[in-house]
Amino acid sequence: MSKPVVATTSLAGCFGCHMSLLDIDERILELIELVEFNKSPIDDIKTFTKQCDIGLIEGGCCNSENVHVLKDFRKNCKILVSVGECAIMGGLPALRNGIPIEECIREAYLDGPTVSLNEEQILPNDDELPMLLDKVYPCHEIVKIDYYLPGCPPRADLIWNALIALVTGDEMKLPYEVVKFD
Amino acid sequence: MNDKIKVTIDGIECWTEEGKYIIDVAKENGIYIPSLCHMEGIKPAGSCRICNVQINGRNMTACSTPAADGMNIESNIPELEEMRKAIVEVMFVAGNHFCPACEKSGNCELQALGYRYQMMVPRFPYEFPEKGVNADSKYIYHDRNRCIICKRCVRSIMKDGKHVFALNGRGGEKLHVEIDTDLASQLTEAEAQEAMDICPVGAILKKERGYYSPIGERKFDKAPIGSEIENK
Amino acid sequence: MKDKVQNIIGEYQNDKNRLMDILIDIQAEFKCIPAEAIETIAGQLIMSKADVRQTLSFYHFFTTEPTGKYTVYLNDSVVAEMMGRNEIAKAFENEIGVKFGSVTDDGLVGLFNTADIGMNDQEPAALINGVPFTNLTISKVKELVAGFKAGREVKDMVGKCGDGMNADERIMSMVNSNCQRKHGSILCLEYEVGSALKRAVNITREAVIETMRSSNLRGRGGAGFPAGLKWEFCRKSGGDINYLVCNADEGEPGTFKDRVLLTEMPEQMFEGMVIAGYAIDADEGVLYLRAEYYYLKAYLEDVLQKMRNDNLLGDKILDVEGFNFDIRIQMGAGAYVCGEESALIESMEGKRGEPRNRPPFPVQSGYHNEPTVVNNVETLSTVVKIILHSADWFKAIGTRESAGTKVLSISGDCKNPGVYEVEYGISVNEMLEMVGATSVQAVQVAGPSGACIGPDKFNQTIAFEDLATGGAMIVIGKDRDLLKEVVLNYISFFIDESCGSCAPCRSLTLILKNKFLKLLNGYGTMKDIDELYSWGKYMKQANRCGLGQTAANPILTTIENFRPLYEALVKTDDEFVSEFNMDKAVEASCKYVDRIPNVH
Repeated sequence: MSKPVVATTSLAGCFGCHMSLLDIDERILELIELVEFNKSPIDDIKTFTKQCDIGLIEGGCCNSENVHVLKDFRKNCKILVSVGECAIMGGLPALRNGIPIEECIREAYLDGPTVSLNEEQILPNDDELPMLLDKVYPCHEIVKIDYYLPGCPPRADLIWNALIALVTGDEMKLPYEVVKFD
Repeated sequence: MNDKIKVTIDGIECWTEEGKYIIDVAKENGIYIPSLCHMEGIKPAGSCRICNVQINGRNMTACSTPAADGMNIESNIPELEEMRKAIVEVMFVAGNHFCPACEKSGNCELQALGYRYQMMVPRFPYEFPEKGVNADSKYIYHDRNRCIICKRCVRSIMKDGKHVFALNGRGGEKLHVEIDTDLASQLTEAEAQEAMDICPVGAILKKERGYYSPIGERKFDKAPIGSEIENK
Repeated sequence: MKDKVQNIIGEYQNDKNRLMDILIDIQAEFKCIPAEAIETIAGQLIMSKADVRQTLSFYHFFTTEPTGKYTVYLNDSVVAEMMGRNEIAKAFENEIGVKFGSVTDDGLVGLFNTADIGMNDQEPAALINGVPFTNLTISKVKELVAGFKAGREVKDMVGKCGDGMNADERIMSMVNSNCQRKHGSILCLEYEVGSALKRAVNITREAVIETMRSSNLRGRGGAGFPAGLKWEFCRKSGGDINYLVCNADEGEPGTFKDRVLLTEMPEQMFEGMVIAGYAIDADEGVLYLRAEYYYLKAYLEDVLQKMRNDNLLGDKILDVEGFNFDIRIQMGAGAYVCGEESALIESMEGKRGEPRNRPPFPVQSGYHNEPTVVNNVETLSTVVKIILHSADWFKAIGTRESAGTKVLSISGDCKNPGVYEVEYGISVNEMLEMVGATSVQAVQVAGPSGACIGPDKFNQTIAFEDLATGGAMIVIGKDRDLLKEVVLNYISFFIDESCGSCAPCRSLTLILKNKFLKLLNGYGTMKDIDELYSWGKYMKQANRCGLGQTAANPILTTIENFRPLYEALVKTDDEFVSEFNMDKAVEASCKYVDRIPNVH
């Protein structure tokens, strides 16, 4: 029997959730025995090469590319998991959600205290760049999400428990200490 | 003093004095009834609705209903637990509760109820309201986006006999708690700390000092809210 | 300004409990309550400014900014919209040149929306500087605006007065009473003012209460609590002072019967108050009058004065030693929730109209924490006739559990909207025939907090044991879009009118609205309908007062009775449909950085 296939990505996230996944320590060897990775920064596969069983999504959607990737994951994964606060509720990037997008762009490229080299007042508008969304969207407002692993980042044990449960079909263990929102 | 009366909470017989609020009676008897607006000794608001219990089949808030002899109270029943979880989720989406960026995280009662009810994600869509912040007074930083309008501060924080916090507006979107900047500027550091401590969430913060307990040592890091009552 | 404000506060003995009156008087003086006045109030009443704003900001008609020399509040309730208020609103905007929600630059005219003003039988209607203008047409709007520009007095623009007492010189209003059954079996029976009170004082207080108890009179506001029992509880509470309050804050959209009772037979209601005051041994009575009926205030004050002159009010009423009872009128300032009796009491005490936790009940601890009876206008008016004709006579009318008659406010898609006194037990079908309604899709029973029922339930009867109602009956014709034109309006109404105290009422209402809009906008799924229903149920379970508990009723009862309308909005079998729209989401950012969106 072939091993379950896992894909992962980081949308509007900080890769902290991926770091937390690596934080399962030596169990990572066990994990590699249990599953095969497909599209993921972990193995650097850039595009889906086959249908996957589990997709782990870190980060919410702050631009058009995030949305395309997320939809691509939905298409290619049987089960989709929102991993971490950003995927679940936008997280820190969503702090901008009450602020008009024009103001955000001005702050980033024109008015912010760390802006010093943009003397020509250029705003990035190349067609190759992703387009900014009006706000940061939680993943489940754009595609159907099957499971949620909260935390910033989710504790390594939570990710481990969840993956094992999904792979083996056993019930997921949720000890009090591992489910946290920060 | 008064004659003792008997009430039954979730099948447990509790002896107490007439007139005590049910939530406090439960606490004395090792039963935790969750609430976000209750404060012992302060006139109840009954505003968060989480402490709704069934008394003779009727929903009543345990924080505002005095115990009466012979009452049969049910609290830990699926129907109520389900409703409580829903209210907690409503509060999470109605405000901006960015736990990772909040100083109250780990000591926040709303978050703690989220943990207690194993909320992985609220079932309701996030609203991301923008209600503004007020940092004009010396010691207090007031973030309305995190406020759950429990009215603890409105009811209890006074300066010279006047309310420092008050409600403003009416209706879903407009209602918020307003801080009286003039009065708040006169608060001492200790009074500001008191205001922060009674706030169940991170809406009222004392300036200049934050994140003083490391992760792992905060109030709700290791054991669920209410376990201190249940395990007594 | 400071002196004037201080004088006003002084008139109320620097009493915080009279903050409502203080704010009302200040607003009458300055057309708004400016920051300077708030500061003066706070200083003189020893409160924080935030605390003053706490009360002020609760009420729809209080404002801190000037609202124009002519302030137009145009009703935006369901029936108003059915009767064409949107065209009227457009006409106002066109004539004046500003949008609703704003004031002209020269400060001449302000246009504002307002919830139901109790004129559903003659919509579209507006209050202009407190004066009602009904049956508005586009040409009437033009005439009004011309009047504004010419600086005419609002009262002079009324034109022809309405029927009945509306033409009385103390009212002079264009409102019509539209009493469709003038000779109803109880309230409208002719009687001599004072005769019931004479009878009452000839028997003991206990006997008056006993008469009410055995008559089975139940509260007419909607909840139907036995009036006699309420009086008895109050009397037995053993307070120092008891209060009697008449609730004339009918704010349920679609209700206007109190307006008619107040206009056509105020003596009867006041006499009922005096009898109740006698029964519960009260010294003071208060008529809490909704702000929308301010135009009746001078008239009602005059009626009270006349009663005092006739020894029906004041000290030693009808020469009974120790029977002192007077009535004052407390104005409201625009808040539907104040119709809830404990919220009404809070408002009378100068606070936000937030319903109280109970127990204690108002009969134990009400106004100023003293035992207080709050009765509806119709209930108190009925008392008079029960005293005159006997409990048995009364009981013989109506049904077993619902004695007597009910005054219905009927409006919407029918030939003869207006006020009807009917015996309890009348079926909806009979009612529809009575008002000349044909081709009916639905009837909204008891206003938005009640139930929306379809023809399969029109054989049900109006009675506490079947279809309970405070009196609002709105007929919705076959051509109406029930969900868009009716339900959506009611959902928004409840959001605006929530006092905000209970978390679910404050926030879940918004969530429900968004879910409802998702369906209306074509993004809904069958699961969304089920969720809408199950989430709506939390409102009933969790909230404190009648408003919160019933705020989801427009959704719940239409899903129960008109589910096919919801299902018709669902365009897919998918379980998940996202409302996310990439074009819209990138529009603003692309525009700002000067780039053509390319979403594919």
